[in-house]
Amino acid sequence: MIREITLGQYYQADSVIHRMDPRTKIVGTIAFIVSLFLVKNIAGYAMAAVFLASVILISKVPFRFMVKGMKAVVFLLLITVVFNMFLTPGEVLVSFWKFKITKEGLRQAVFMALRLSFLIIGSSLMTLTTTPNNLTDGLEKLLKPLKVLRVPVHEIAMIMSIALRFIPILLDETDKIMKAQLARGADFESGNLIKKAKNMVPILVPLFISAFRRANDLAMAMEARCYRGGEHRTKMKPLQYRRRDFAAYMTLAAFVAAVVLTRKIILPF
Amino acid sequence: MDMIKADRLAFEYIRRDEEGNVEGITRAVDGVDLDIAKGEFIAILGHNGSGKSTLAKHMNAILYPTEGTVYVDGKNTAEEQYLWEIRQNAGMVFQNPDNQIIGQIVEEDVGFGPENMGIPTKEIWERVEESLKAVGMYEYRKSSPNKLSGGQKQRVSIAGVIAMHPQCIILDEPTAMLDPSGRKEVLRAVRALNDVEKITVILITHYMEEVIHADRVIVMDKGRIEMQGTPREIFSEVERLKELRLDVPQVTMLAYELQKKGLPLPNGILTIEELVEGITELYNKSRGQDCTVT
Repeated sequence: MIREITLGQYYQADSVIHRMDPRTKIVGTIAFIVSLFLVKNIAGYAMAAVFLASVILISKVPFRFMVKGMKAVVFLLLITVVFNMFLTPGEVLVSFWKFKITKEGLRQAVFMALRLSFLIIGSSLMTLTTTPNNLTDGLEKLLKPLKVLRVPVHEIAMIMSIALRFIPILLDETDKIMKAQLARGADFESGNLIKKAKNMVPILVPLFISAFRRANDLAMAMEARCYRGGEHRTKMKPLQYRRRDFAAYMTLAAFVAAVVLTRKIILPF
Repeated sequence: MDMIKADRLAFEYIRRDEEGNVEGITRAVDGVDLDIAKGEFIAILGHNGSGKSTLAKHMNAILYPTEGTVYVDGKNTAEEQYLWEIRQNAGMVFQNPDNQIIGQIVEEDVGFGPENMGIPTKEIWERVEESLKAVGMYEYRKSSPNKLSGGQKQRVSIAGVIAMHPQCIILDEPTAMLDPSGRKEVLRAVRALNDVEKITVILITHYMEEVIHADRVIVMDKGRIEMQGTPREIFSEVERLKELRLDVPQVTMLAYELQKKGLPLPNGILTIEELVEGITELYNKSRGQDCTVT
């Protein structure tokens, strides 16, 4: 059933990481990604690996779920590795036909692969341990300062959470329309790409019409329930930093500092 | 004071073509006078396009009258300063449950109204709890609305409205998209609100079975109020209802046909029990007569 799909990719478990404030997790992920770009040598990567591994262990999310996230970018990863390996000039290690693998290229390729995979595992760890709802809440609160610049932060967060709520409903509807059109002899399988795209029109048109109708209904229902934007609004589940969040921030600061220090170490490779 | 009062209310939909020229004007509500007292259970009946939904949307200040005035708890809906007070005071439940649930978790959706009103966090939780209990959905508070049945979703919508502590709740065809068991569920919840919480209920529907528990039934056609009275009074006028393209409940219809064939049953029978009672009485009477003859 389409209805059963989980959005984002939240993995339900009871861990400190799950209970942490979403803001901590968002800031943490950003700090982790930035620190990955500060890394210069293998010691730094080792540091990042240890940090990531321990966070994964604490989060109680099975490692295979992280690997799932990797699958989508395996192609990108391969391309980066290949390009770095063959196109970096330097001391030649192996050469055949027109291609040369250099020492620097090999080093670059390995580092790039590590950096990308850490980046993806790190960010999927955030989405695995935070519900989409919490994530929107966290973003809303974090971006609040932008309100001064007239960025409609509350509205953006509201749009995101409504979108999340309606994705399964619209998927369900797509399924229904598709079946209805199939029953009337529509063909979605044959033909080339352009023909297939054209065949999608009888699905998209009713879907859009219904989406607009739903939007209209929802807007009316929201107004009927006194919705008037972010002003005067209180929160049923306000975000609150707790001791574990401060501990997390301290650990994070220590990690970033440690990564910066590894830049000073001079290693042979 | 009246909960809701409409004074010569009229509303016109203006249809426009692509250039914005007026193509035609539809008078959806046409000179309606209405008084609804506090604590009443009112049912508004009508065929499609009779103007009943348009009328309902005036009670929540979603639409404003073209002519006439509507007062909710003594406040004119056309005056902007009362807008939020009116919307809080007269809650509204719509037809499609999917299109009025905002939260991704049941309890968050019920909390949406109080959040908008600026209620302190602790009180929101209390209100959510009591509202969900009032409609019997408390055990589902952590579920996703997508996993509930239609009747359950509609009960969540009702809870979302009563969490705002309205004096009056307007239900615009809340059962039109539900299966029979879902309809029963929702109606039971609505009746409990009226009986226990003393909330004024205005139920808009085209199912005749749903109005028999109402204190007063209002029948609308072409934007006007055509009939008004207790369910019994309304249903005794079977011919008139047929004229207005409304179906009479099966039992009432049967009693009516029997009456036409010469059986002296009382007027406006609403339930199977009443019909059984009526027929038994007639049977006993006729047996009694037989005895005296022989």
